[in-house]
Amino acid sequence: MSGPTNGTAGGAGTVARPAAPLPAQRSAGPVPPRGTVVVSSMASDAHTWNLVFLQLLIEELGFEVVNLGATVPDEMLLAECRERGPALLVLSSVNGHGYHEGLRVIRRLRADADLAGLPVLIGGKLGITGGESAEHIEELLGAGFDAVFDDRPEGIAAFTGLLGRLSERQAHELR
Amino acid sequence: MNFGDHVREVHARGALVVQPRMGMADPALMRAGLEAVERADADTVGTITLDSYTRTGDLESVRAALRDGVGLNGYPIVTYPAAVTRGVVAGLAERGFPVQVRHGSARPLHIFGALLDAGLHATEGGPVSYCLPYGRTPLDESVRNWEASCELAAEYAAERGVRPHLETFGGCMLGQLCPPSQLVAISVLEAVFFHGLGIRSLSLSYAQQTDAEQDAEAIRALRALAGQLLPDADWHVVVYAYMGVYPRTVAGANALLAAAARLAVDTGSERLIVKTSVESSRIPTVQHNVDALEYAAAVARDRRRQLAGPDAPPAAPADGTDSQVYREAAALVAAVLDGVGSGGVGGALVGAFKRGLLDVPYCLHPDNAGRSRSYLDEAGRLCWAELGGVPLQGIAPVRPGRRITSGDLTKALCHVQDRFDAVALDRGADRPVGAAEHEILEGKPA
Repeated sequence: MSGPTNGTAGGAGTVARPAAPLPAQRSAGPVPPRGTVVVSSMASDAHTWNLVFLQLLIEELGFEVVNLGATVPDEMLLAECRERGPALLVLSSVNGHGYHEGLRVIRRLRADADLAGLPVLIGGKLGITGGESAEHIEELLGAGFDAVFDDRPEGIAAFTGLLGRLSERQAHELR
Repeated sequence: MNFGDHVREVHARGALVVQPRMGMADPALMRAGLEAVERADADTVGTITLDSYTRTGDLESVRAALRDGVGLNGYPIVTYPAAVTRGVVAGLAERGFPVQVRHGSARPLHIFGALLDAGLHATEGGPVSYCLPYGRTPLDESVRNWEASCELAAEYAAERGVRPHLETFGGCMLGQLCPPSQLVAISVLEAVFFHGLGIRSLSLSYAQQTDAEQDAEAIRALRALAGQLLPDADWHVVVYAYMGVYPRTVAGANALLAAAARLAVDTGSERLIVKTSVESSRIPTVQHNVDALEYAAAVARDRRRQLAGPDAPPAAPADGTDSQVYREAAALVAAVLDGVGSGGVGGALVGAFKRGLLDVPYCLHPDNAGRSRSYLDEAGRLCWAELGGVPLQGIAPVRPGRRITSGDLTKALCHVQDRFDAVALDRGADRPVGAAEHEILEGKPA
């Protein structure tokens, strides 16, 4: 997922902002946790504002967030997901390697008996030429991602909508 | 000629050195990019920015990418033989165009080895600034690796009779929302760290933030502290054009770069690293970089002329110590240096982060305490919201705790973008904009 990001030594900054104002917290009181969401970058990506933004956003939707931070190696990502059993894994990449790294990571996740069924989303600025080709998105979905959000303003709104549905489903399952 | 000597020489004849960020995987394209920067109508120095696999030490992925023809986002200096890199920079320094390697690595020893082997001697970073914001390398490991890297550079210098140049990246720290006093403190402390390891040619960075006046205070504070703590070193100040979320309009991006160039001139800074007009949307081409360099140089020339003319604004105090930013930065530097023991400045930095004396707001690194928070006040100045363990009680004003939401964060992160895009789009109809800014937007710099 892409939130506001900053440029660093290696690449251009980018930004994807919500088309509409962000949803406010659902209630003034404490919201019961609706499960754990793991937010993570992938091995080569050092950007973190996107991850901080996603953490705040997902927390506001009532989930508990484990934020693995920047440059997370594949082994660590798999180990954390196995250990924590999250409701959802959200991968964010904005350094231009997201398409290739995303394919590698999702194949490893889907090949793992414990993680084959874990819902996994990816978003951000995924290629290095700017703008995702439909073909790349199809390929990511085909490799096992449940949703792919490219670098457009609609991305965040679609993402929050999807999380809303996920939390409703979970609330239903808990009853 | 040494990188620092070159910058000093340009400054002495009244010009600002301007520099891009630029890295291509293909050696011929890298060479062409450097030559285009050299030819630009500006006092330029060159940059080789490394790719992110090299930065993290994942050399297997570099080899795979080169083999499979997959794009890399920079120049893989460690993977190419030294002869290839020597070819890329052949003759450039000799004709007055020194090249700096920019990398972003918390463990740069392999990079230092490669650049020194290739005959390059200027690079940048720091044990804190390239560790906490960008990865998960433990801070003490980064400090040890940076110590070894500096020692390697100093050794090489002694053998070959050149002086390596190191620039701190500590004036950036996440690019935005780090209070300026902490940027100044970390930049100074990294310079003191380099100096203690035998590096005598230094530059101290400061990245443009949200308020021009506060930024000028910060750079004057940086100069004052560098003067006190690095009396026998050759040092200069490098300003980074805004490193946060960048304006989306070309006019807004240019206005922000112009503001950075004026900030550099007003504060007597010697070097400026530019951003391009397409920063918000794509990796710039060589031509975008050349355009940005020439534009920044033109704005700087005009500003210098303006400051020398009859309409010059009142001169700033020569002494940078009478400001809020200085008082905070000096207190932070003193608190960290108080902790210097057998582990030297590196050990003191590790201890300071462990105790939360230094604490970068919104930094996710496991070795950052993560108890401080920052916010933008009504006037757009970058302030502390919560101090955590940062020892500025009674020195820095703080805002009573209020939870920062994703919306607040977005707003703060996009403040500069919004302001400069608005100036570009509505010509500042509902906000005060300086005459010079108007003229820049109209395409006729003052």
